[in-house]
Amino acid sequence: MKIVSAEALEALRQEAVKALSIREESNRSDSAAASGLEKGTPHMQILCCGGTGCKASESAKIVQEFHNALEAHGIADRVEVVVPGCFGFCEKGPIVKIIPDNTFYTSVRPSDVGEIVTSHIIGGEKVERLLYQDPGTGAHISDSKHMNFYRKQMRVALRNCGFINPEDIREYIARDGYKALADSLKRDSLAVLADIKASGLRGRGGAGFPTGVKWEIARKFDAPDKYVVCNADEGDPGAFMDRSIMEGDPNSVIEAMMICGYCINAHHGLIYIRAEYPLAVERLKIAIAQAREYGLLGENILGSGFDFDIQIRYGAGAFVCGEETALIHSMEGKRGEPTLKPPFPAEAGYFGRPTNVNNVETLANVPVILTKGPQWFASIGTEKSKGTKVFALAGKINNVGLIEVPMGTTLREIIYDIGGGVKNGKKFKAVQTGGPSGGCLTEKHLDIPIDYESLAAAGSMMGSGGMIVMDEDDCMVSVAKFFLEFTVGESCGKCTPCRIGNKRMLEILDRITEGRGKEEDIEKLETLAKVIKDTALCGLGQTSPNPVLSTLANFREEYEEHVRDHVCRAHKCKALLTYSIDPVLCKGCSACARGCPAEAIVGEVRKPFVINPEKCIRCGMCLSRCKFGAINVI
Amino acid sequence: MSEIKVSCEALRKVEEICQQFNNDPGELISILHACQNQLGYLPEAVQRVIARQLGIPASKVYGVVTFYSFFSMVPKGKYPVSVCLGTACYVRGSDKVLEEFKRVLGIEVGETTPDGKFSLDCLRCVGACGLAPVATIGEKVYGRLNPSDIKKIVAEFED
Repeated sequence: MKIVSAEALEALRQEAVKALSIREESNRSDSAAASGLEKGTPHMQILCCGGTGCKASESAKIVQEFHNALEAHGIADRVEVVVPGCFGFCEKGPIVKIIPDNTFYTSVRPSDVGEIVTSHIIGGEKVERLLYQDPGTGAHISDSKHMNFYRKQMRVALRNCGFINPEDIREYIARDGYKALADSLKRDSLAVLADIKASGLRGRGGAGFPTGVKWEIARKFDAPDKYVVCNADEGDPGAFMDRSIMEGDPNSVIEAMMICGYCINAHHGLIYIRAEYPLAVERLKIAIAQAREYGLLGENILGSGFDFDIQIRYGAGAFVCGEETALIHSMEGKRGEPTLKPPFPAEAGYFGRPTNVNNVETLANVPVILTKGPQWFASIGTEKSKGTKVFALAGKINNVGLIEVPMGTTLREIIYDIGGGVKNGKKFKAVQTGGPSGGCLTEKHLDIPIDYESLAAAGSMMGSGGMIVMDEDDCMVSVAKFFLEFTVGESCGKCTPCRIGNKRMLEILDRITEGRGKEEDIEKLETLAKVIKDTALCGLGQTSPNPVLSTLANFREEYEEHVRDHVCRAHKCKALLTYSIDPVLCKGCSACARGCPAEAIVGEVRKPFVINPEKCIRCGMCLSRCKFGAINVI
Repeated sequence: MSEIKVSCEALRKVEEICQQFNNDPGELISILHACQNQLGYLPEAVQRVIARQLGIPASKVYGVVTFYSFFSMVPKGKYPVSVCLGTACYVRGSDKVLEEFKRVLGIEVGETTPDGKFSLDCLRCVGACGLAPVATIGEKVYGRLNPSDIKKIVAEFED
């Protein structure tokens, strides 16, 4: 079915809205009462998270079990199973949501399905044990609206994730999808561009360049073939917002690319996506095929005379390809090595044609800016950073997941209110933002309002939005080494500062963590870091020393302890540890000796055992096996 | 490069794939993806056929294959094991999980067991950070791993 005009799109939307209204109302309603078929609820829906995280915990099997159970009870015609994208609360996955009473079940197992169907769907009684339990009050919370995890969030880029079925374009259309495109095509493209500029939207991939300005520059270069590229090469380990958007709301990216194409006068779209994201690729392919079927991609879109089509290009696992010029070379079938700018891609990009590159999350904001107006968007956030930002909250935190908050929210609110604090009651030590290009922030930074400028001023960066929380058991020298290992592995090798400089820095960090650090090493690290920052060719190289510089700035004493005293206070650096058995506490149960992979523990049963330091490989196995707390580590 | 022998049939398949992409050098990465999907890996003989088909030097194909971590020049095991070393998994102890896999399988990262059953690799973030630390064996994702689980998991695949 081709949609030939804006009016036809509107007619389709009004039709599609009906199918979605049960979910919309359920979202708005605040009633705590449970619905059920026997209580007179005519139709119900079961939403089972279909994001990668929940799929890893057998959510596909849960969906199958629901279908089976509904068939068995003969109620499949009254209860629909929908598989939306990520709900964000990955810690408690797989998530199952029941509509119309908006019940939010957490950590659902395939074996729970029968009970949900008989007691809730049919009987109208909620399954209490599967409800989220507030860790503070111990109360069961049924509606996600009332959970701390969601309360401070504001979902703009993620507006449709966990709500619509991403494999059905009509559900996207029902939520004002392609309305921004239809409206834009009726307006002068310069006016549309002016709206994007006025909204204050900045690139969400890391650098924060104003999107409207970028489009304006790309518009200036005239050529018969111009390209709009979506950078979906999410390489930052620990960030997964782009993937979630593509899995949960692929049409928003497609619509935004078309609007960009209209503004800059381009007719070709390319999505550069990691091959490691099979589900996102699949969902994008479905969305592109459906958009073509509906005539939303192709020639003479909505009768406007504007043509646009999109193709997918695959990355093959190279972090540096997140950099624009490297990404473009990779799409051309070459090694993903960056080149000097200028010329910028806007002038000479994909095969020398003018090319505009935007990140997935940036694009996902575009349609909603146009439907709700640039002033609405500009009213959210701080003076220089408008709108919201999605963060992938992970590490030593209670509520791991994907969150979206207004710019200007503090780290404390994110970590303690939304994230539920540090796991296992441990002490907060640092939070790492910005991935391998970012830095570690500490207790003293917790109250700064987050935006591009404030994070940079604190010695870190926004980056793509990875946020990893660390506790007292994390060694900051090891963390810096971890990131540097990543950069050394991912350096493309083109420029000397990055290729050799980072390698030398890693060698120094290796030395320090192995207890062979020299007095002058810390100073050497600082000098090298500064030189690399100043001289590397691309963004990857220039930011690669950030993890070292920020840990040096905030945790210098830990470096000094490693070098001077050969002590790792977090007990992470193996070479600096000594394991021993306390002869008073040891009961001689032999659990440690039986578990020791190096056979380094000897002794007679019911007498204290001893560790042979020569043989000990410091794996910590004895520590985890001893029930009497008799293993000492210093 | 290696001395892996590839059947004529497989090489014909590679030629076919190149033709599907109109022997366009700009499609080199797509072609490599398609060939690796088909054969499981990209040995020297395959790279030479691709180079000839596209009319580019074999060194260029080799340069691209070795640049991207997704491409492999050696066959993977029947059950490829990948341990996630993303940041979230790292702070939750994935390094210890990796050590244990190495010990249990008796191979290093990038190697395959002599019986061809398991290969061991690292990857950066499958995006299941809520389940950290994570490892994948084939398509299956194992989450919330503890080094003491590894022996049992590997045993699941021993037939």
